[in-house]
Amino acid sequence: MRISPLGTTALLFEAPGPAALASQERIWALATEAETWPEIREAVPGMNSLMLSFVHPPRQLAPMEARLRDAWGNGQPLQQQGRVIDLPVVYGGESGPHLADVVAHTRLSVDEVVELHAAPVYPVYALGSHPGYCYLGGMDPRLTTPRRRVPVMRIPGGAVSIGGSQTGVSASDGPSGWNTIGSTSMCFFDPARSPPALLQPGDAIRFHVERVIR
Amino acid sequence: MIPGSMIPGSMIPGSMIPDRMIEVLEAATANTVQDIGRTGFAPIGVGRSGAMDPVALQVANMLLGNATGAAAIEIQVFPFAVRFTTDTAFAITGADSEPRLDGVPLPPWWAAPARAGQVLRLSPPRDGARSYLAVAGGIDVPAVLGSRSTHLRSAFGGFHGRALEHGDMLPIGPAAQPAMTLGAAAPERPVGPVLTVQALPAAEHDAFPQSAREAFWSAEWRITAQSNRHGYRLSGPELGGGDGFNIRSTPILPGVVQVPPGGAPIVQMSDANSAGGYPKIATVIGADLPLLGQARLGSRVRFAKTNYEAALAAEQAVRAYLARVQRTIGLFRRNGAPG
Repeated sequence: MRISPLGTTALLFEAPGPAALASQERIWALATEAETWPEIREAVPGMNSLMLSFVHPPRQLAPMEARLRDAWGNGQPLQQQGRVIDLPVVYGGESGPHLADVVAHTRLSVDEVVELHAAPVYPVYALGSHPGYCYLGGMDPRLTTPRRRVPVMRIPGGAVSIGGSQTGVSASDGPSGWNTIGSTSMCFFDPARSPPALLQPGDAIRFHVERVIR
Repeated sequence: MIPGSMIPGSMIPGSMIPDRMIEVLEAATANTVQDIGRTGFAPIGVGRSGAMDPVALQVANMLLGNATGAAAIEIQVFPFAVRFTTDTAFAITGADSEPRLDGVPLPPWWAAPARAGQVLRLSPPRDGARSYLAVAGGIDVPAVLGSRSTHLRSAFGGFHGRALEHGDMLPIGPAAQPAMTLGAAAPERPVGPVLTVQALPAAEHDAFPQSAREAFWSAEWRITAQSNRHGYRLSGPELGGGDGFNIRSTPILPGVVQVPPGGAPIVQMSDANSAGGYPKIATVIGADLPLLGQARLGSRVRFAKTNYEAALAAEQAVRAYLARVQRTIGLFRRNGAPG
């Protein structure tokens, strides 16, 4: 476990061990509890992590850190039964410019990468990065590919990508350090909608192979 | 011509009175409506946005009697010009862009009345990067998710979710205070060829090799042309060791300095993503983030390691400055400004 300050604005809590659904369920529970603390403005879950931003920065961080450790130690998993959405994906080609990099790094074939990527039902662990973007758990570890050495200035909304041991779908155009392997089309976020985000933690995504461009 | 008929969709039904507006006459790209920022929506991936120099934004609003976090225009590409379609008051703070109202120069960090039809022009500043143009009543675009700040990436907030363009008509809210000519003392900020900002070590700091840590804290970094409201990409010594991480994506905030495996750090700025997965070596403290918001492309910056207590004290100093400005403005408004 690691607790570290983000300047004087927030504390970042990182749970021990690998990202896994059981651990993430404890993160959700910790977020639900911490957002009731009066000193806390936002409780923001990440992958196996939680950021707590302050209403006012406390004089000292130690009491808040102790409280977080206690709450983590005593916390019970919060199970969320969400819905599953299906997303057809075109892998490779112009919409998957880094598929070759994933193939090269993993030493798998294009078909194996696609097959492994489209196999699981991916639970949404957290939303973050940009509006509506979902961090997903459950990627086959054989697909793990490091983030790019230099982030790309712009990848399009709908881009399906791999960053480290994670995968996800961009909800809008923007910079990214992940490897884009395909694309899909879905409106993940609309501020005029209530709620604005299509998915929430506990929901899940299933990818379908629409086409593979070699 | 019927007054207001050239203002599409903004008439009060059945009324002949045009809304209070300012018209954008001259605008390159990348100037946007920003307020103090958007909080509370990070759990659905929405970052903070908001003014890159929130101190300048707040003083501009104070000069007009607005709510201190009200929406204004952040100008980072010059020249820029607007025409007032109504009698109102405006304030200009931040980088000194030599404002001229119908050709008459105005001092920096200054508020003044404007008459309908008058034109305000801003020129490229010699120092600093961003000027703030506030109007009495604030820029009255709809608040989206609790803020009027422009979220360019997802195209919401601000003026139709985009940068301002020639011909845009921006609505103005009702003024809380009568128009007045008055100025504020600009905050005392360091000058010199290299900006020093204070930062706290962040989560992965200690996991970097010592050589990378030393290089980070001692180098003079250049703010590259690939820098914007999203983040500042820095050039300098390559910080080795950043590729030894495969960390999970965690929430982040403006000020966080991430080091991608290429070794060139990126400082997250106002439009930063709400989460990121590159190792975090440091976080620029809130008190110094506005200084970085005024740093120009190509300029140099150095990071000075500080501690939590010192960071709190620095923020207290910023709050004290703002309180002093607010108090002085209150005295002027009650007693009448000299001159």
